Amino acid sequence: MKSPGPPSGAGQVPELGHKRRPGEALAKALLLSSAVASIAITFGIIAALIEPVTHFFGQVEIGQFFAWQDIGQQNIRPAVLPLVLGTLMVTVIALVIAVPIGLGAAMYLSEYASKRTRKWLKPTVELLAGVPSVVYGFFAVFFITPVVLNGWLGLNVSFTNSLAAGIILGVMIIPTIASMSEDALSAVPLALRQGSLALGANRMQTTLRVVIPAALSGIAGAVVLGMSRAIGETMIVAIAGGSAKNNSLDVGEGHQTMTAFIAQTAQGENPVGSVSYNMLFAVALLLFIMTLIINSISIAIVRRYRQAY
Amino acid sequence: MNITATTAANVTASTLATGKRKDRNTSSLIFMGALWFSMFFGVAVLAALILDTALSGAGRFDSQLLFDYESTVRKEETGFRAGILGTIWLMLATALLAIPVGIATAVHLEEFADRTAWYSKVIEVNLQNLAAVPSIIYGMLAAAIMGLLGFTYKGIVLGGAIALGLLILPVIIIATREALRAVPQDIRQGSLALGATTWQTTWRQTLPSAIPGIATGTILGLSRAVGEAAPLLMLGVATVRFDPTSVLDKVTALPLQIYSLASAPQEALQEAASAAIILLLALIIGMNAVAIFIRNKFQRSW
Repeated sequence: MKSPGPPSGAGQVPELGHKRRPGEALAKALLLSSAVASIAITFGIIAALIEPVTHFFGQVEIGQFFAWQDIGQQNIRPAVLPLVLGTLMVTVIALVIAVPIGLGAAMYLSEYASKRTRKWLKPTVELLAGVPSVVYGFFAVFFITPVVLNGWLGLNVSFTNSLAAGIILGVMIIPTIASMSEDALSAVPLALRQGSLALGANRMQTTLRVVIPAALSGIAGAVVLGMSRAIGETMIVAIAGGSAKNNSLDVGEGHQTMTAFIAQTAQGENPVGSVSYNMLFAVALLLFIMTLIINSISIAIVRRYRQAY
Repeated sequence: MNITATTAANVTASTLATGKRKDRNTSSLIFMGALWFSMFFGVAVLAALILDTALSGAGRFDSQLLFDYESTVRKEETGFRAGILGTIWLMLATALLAIPVGIATAVHLEEFADRTAWYSKVIEVNLQNLAAVPSIIYGMLAAAIMGLLGFTYKGIVLGGAIALGLLILPVIIIATREALRAVPQDIRQGSLALGATTWQTTWRQTLPSAIPGIATGTILGLSRAVGEAAPLLMLGVATVRFDPTSVLDKVTALPLQIYSLASAPQEALQEAASAAIILLLALIIGMNAVAIFIRNKFQRSW
């Protein structure tokens, strides 16, 4: 019987995979070099920061840098701890706002909203992350502080203050936390919910006692990532958070943060090689290390404790 | 199955199985209310922001806002021509720098890289980290790069584009990888079975199928770059009063002009800044809308 397909075994078998394709090799090399470039960026950041920092610690002692008060010559202001305090204060305020609200939005989107509602609600929430931080800063100074804090709430806060900056920073990171937590909640298999509902639980009990614990690692990762966003955000705190180092814990006062210090100092005159110029890089390196550690924690939490269903 | 049984099954599916019927006690209702509140809190803030800014900038929606340069003398007529043109220049230059590199990296990682190799894992973790590096640090890196390239004067288009390009590179890479991953394996295997090489498969089958996803991610990344001010601040981008004509010209950007006006005490300048904010928001919301439109309209689900 003759097979209907092309004749087999007749003629030459084409040699597959041996044709030289120089163009293709070049394309692959270009792709690889692009991927390697992403590593080069990280090393580039470290290299760009390290050199001025070594000069900085030639000019200033480590004890003067990690200090609460500026000690030493009059024109040098090397203390970094007040800046770290300012950063931590606005970050904590931001998390107090963003964690419950972001998590609530995530629970609503994942457990309560219908598919159609979710389709337009999710992009709307994500739009909050698209608003430029300059705009948020402007809004904090000209609306949150005078109208909400001093007006509606009757507080007596100064023109720039950590409370308004922290609140708006929190609004900015809501989408980060909501979106990532929603992914984690949606990944919990339906069978767990059905089991809980079959035992007579209602949706609130199911959400709080079954779905949330099962998604906890993803939620923790989301919170930590939101925290690193808040620490690294610049324009909101530069506009609304104050421009002087402040060691007090009063959130109604302005506190200069690490990022605000970099932004505000960079606008002034800093001759290359001067202490104030090198100090910028020292603060930036500290900031980079802090966010690097926090990001790594976030990645590790999500990786290690991800439950495979 | 007769109609009654079907209806009964539907009722079971829609009420009992979702637990909705048991949602009516007090604590459940309070919980639902709290979820509603958190869902609409952000939207309410956004609405308040847009409304408040639009009202305070309402007096300045005129042609001078768009076509005149910044003026500190005639404050009622200050315009954002330099910032608008600068933002457009920066956006195009950023796109030219970041999109090819971003897509190439993503294609390498998804289609060619040996996923079990240690260096692939290093690249992976590195990308996740880069995505969360503070934007101001990218500005410092770009300043260092410009120094190495030998540019002595500050605030030019190229420097800003390098900073913004570095900033959105991880965003583009992550979006492109997701788009490539969504292309089903069958399409690749079909192409390979017909004798195409991996490169031909990627170039002619996988990439074209992933274009809607890549476009969405890229536009969202660019819209983030448009609103950034911090990295440009580190590059010494400042006020200019002329139109840029090449990537080596000095430039300013809309967000930076807004920043410099935020500290100005004169009410006329704040009004102008509010109008400029509405302009910037319209640009960004427009870009987001285009991205969502592309996603909904062209994205295929296999």
